[in-house]
Amino acid sequence: MSEPSDLAKLIFGRLTWEAIPFHEPILLWTFVVVALVGGVVVGAVTKYKLWGYLWREWFTSIDHKKIGIMYIVLGLVMLLRGFTDAIMMRLQQAMAFGDNVGYLPPEHYDQIFTAHGVIMIFFVAMPLVTGFMNYVVPLQIGARDVAFPFLNNFSFWMTTSGAVLVMMSLFMGEFAKTGWLAYPPLSGIAYSPGVGVDYYIWSLQIAGIGTLLSGINLIATIVKMRAPGMTMMKMPIFTWTSLCTNVLIVAAFPVLTAVLALLALDRYTGTNFFTNDLGGNAMMYVNLIWIWGHPEVYILILPVFGIFSEVVSTFSSKRLFGYASMVYATVVITILSYLVWLHHFFTMGSGASVNSFFGITTMIISIPTGAKIFNWLFTMYHGRIRFDVPMLWTVGFMITFVIGGMTGVLLAVPPADFVLHNSLFLIAHFHNVIIGGVVFGLMAGINYWFPKAFGFRLDPVWGKRSFWFWLIGFWVAFTPLYVLGLMGVTRRVSHFQDSSLQIWFQIAAFGAVLIAIGIVCMLIQFYVSIRDRHALRDESGDPWGGRTLEWSTSSPPPAYNFAFTPIVHDNDAWHDMKQRGYERPLQGFKPIHMPKNTAAGIVLAGLSSVCGFALIWHMWLLVGLSFAAVLVAAIVHTFNYKRDFHIPADEVVRTEETRTQQLAAVHV
Amino acid sequence: MSQPAHDHSHDHHDDAHGSMQGYVIGFVLSVILTAIPFWLVMEKVISSSAMTVFVVLSIAAVQIVVHMIFFLHMNSKSEGGWTMLALIFTVVLLVIMLAGSLWVMNHLNTNMMPMSAHDMSNMP
Repeated sequence: MSEPSDLAKLIFGRLTWEAIPFHEPILLWTFVVVALVGGVVVGAVTKYKLWGYLWREWFTSIDHKKIGIMYIVLGLVMLLRGFTDAIMMRLQQAMAFGDNVGYLPPEHYDQIFTAHGVIMIFFVAMPLVTGFMNYVVPLQIGARDVAFPFLNNFSFWMTTSGAVLVMMSLFMGEFAKTGWLAYPPLSGIAYSPGVGVDYYIWSLQIAGIGTLLSGINLIATIVKMRAPGMTMMKMPIFTWTSLCTNVLIVAAFPVLTAVLALLALDRYTGTNFFTNDLGGNAMMYVNLIWIWGHPEVYILILPVFGIFSEVVSTFSSKRLFGYASMVYATVVITILSYLVWLHHFFTMGSGASVNSFFGITTMIISIPTGAKIFNWLFTMYHGRIRFDVPMLWTVGFMITFVIGGMTGVLLAVPPADFVLHNSLFLIAHFHNVIIGGVVFGLMAGINYWFPKAFGFRLDPVWGKRSFWFWLIGFWVAFTPLYVLGLMGVTRRVSHFQDSSLQIWFQIAAFGAVLIAIGIVCMLIQFYVSIRDRHALRDESGDPWGGRTLEWSTSSPPPAYNFAFTPIVHDNDAWHDMKQRGYERPLQGFKPIHMPKNTAAGIVLAGLSSVCGFALIWHMWLLVGLSFAAVLVAAIVHTFNYKRDFHIPADEVVRTEETRTQQLAAVHV
Repeated sequence: MSQPAHDHSHDHHDDAHGSMQGYVIGFVLSVILTAIPFWLVMEKVISSSAMTVFVVLSIAAVQIVVHMIFFLHMNSKSEGGWTMLALIFTVVLLVIMLAGSLWVMNHLNTNMMPMSAHDMSNMP
């Protein structure tokens, strides 16, 4: 191929036909399948004329409930992608021994483990957690929306924009081959000259803006918009953990933004922050990214602790044991999570004083976490426990997570870490806490709040099947990794010589298949539940005997959440209202002031995607144009003064009348 | 972290909007605190450059406090104590991050393998 002209370079940058992986059969077939499925979805949406509906009711919506649901849909879609990566790795490692090199060449395998980590943390766990906080927090504190409704829509689309860039890397160019944190010097321009690391940087930078803004939004919501009477120590525990999580987000994500910006400068302008020569220090990157990275772990787990607290208390029909200690444990974890980051690189070269300090702080942080486990156990003690699906996930979590926590404390001992670091033992440990903690909690949350969001329950039979396949699959998949790690097998290896190890990898691959069946069961559960929605219908709005304010509304709640702002007298406000024989107000409704939908969020995020894509491929003309367009769109949006409207009183009356009839039908 | 009472908030001018007097005081203080470092550097008042750096940085820290009090109207009561709480949290985290990073980075080479025969002979 001839050298492209200057003009073509200005327009297309590094993008050439060679960047499209025609020569990789796996990717080509993936593309064909994705194109077919995508074509069917687009065709169906067009055939049933749903574009207008989706645009008006969802994409431009600034209703926190719809944005929450969209976050969760994004997380579940990306879970399928991230899990596909996982099962490809398991398959490769189960077969690539001795003469058999497996089916993935090393450079492809390296992209897969990087994409798996990045997607699972940033585009599965984060959207799901943020989705729950978005959906549940305003309802729990008796608010009508979040503090900055437009910002919420914008945050969601920025997160989606980052996910889109990661997905594009499949079919245009490559993804990073560096591992999910892209340590330099490997991620520097000298050793990763391709577009992979640039995809990584810009997708995380764009998604990071969304995460940071949604963190600010939810802090303002929780601090300023609680119902009258709800003092800090009367807040539901999920709201408490959400508050602490968002404080962590606001304090930690700027560090990630800064460190990735420095890496981008190294790659784009030839600075030497993290290079090997000219005074650069790659270890500074490791240090900085873990100052973000450790709080990130707690950003994921804290809201999930909140979900478990709500579930345990509801399904044990008891007030949560030790509410105050739960709150203090959460706050202590929030602060301590900033004091442990070095345990991710004990072996970097620090001396005994540094390593023992961070080893001890790491062990200390398990104390408040342990206190939480005891609180949940004591909540169950003498409770009238109902083993519905959310409760099953919670019990599964408690058993799994405690074991994961113990291997974590083991790794917190620096001398042990010198033996086990970078091994499959570490991989097994963090999957043990992330799957056994975060994923189980999100599954509990989906089963728990689904009837609130859609007005019908999820089918319990398929839910239980999904749970058992996940739980057993998890242990079958990761126990062998603990064993292999203790034998010294390192992570991120695509081919092995020692065939005596093969059986362990085959067991692990079988476990991954069990988890895959668990995921399929979940999808069937969604299908069956939608099919049988009339049988599973919940008219009461309170299917589980809930205790917090979200269960006082109809399912799904009206756009305005509460016709009258509730007044809170006690923890577990809704339980307290039920005890005191609360009567729903039936008249005196007033017009309700609500924010208006806007397309600004999706437009800004779309332009940001274009800008990110152009930066990745060095299309400088497009970079300039799209960046200017982002600025113009933002400025134009500031001149939009039609941001609010009133839901007329008679519409509120009609909605509340329907609700009255529903409730009457339930009580008869 | 219970919410402090609002009982006294009407007795003081501690709301989110400052007065003319407050802005003038803040401006004058800022000008003085900016002029002193220029003077110190241009006239080479202190002979030791390390000492100069230390003094200039200290004055910068004071300047930050002036801005927060007179321009951002931060005090222990505004927004029901939340701004103060946020400030304390931020300061704690900054100290942890900066002090921790310095400590960690200065310890980088402690467990390095010896890089030369000379280093090797000095090994314990």
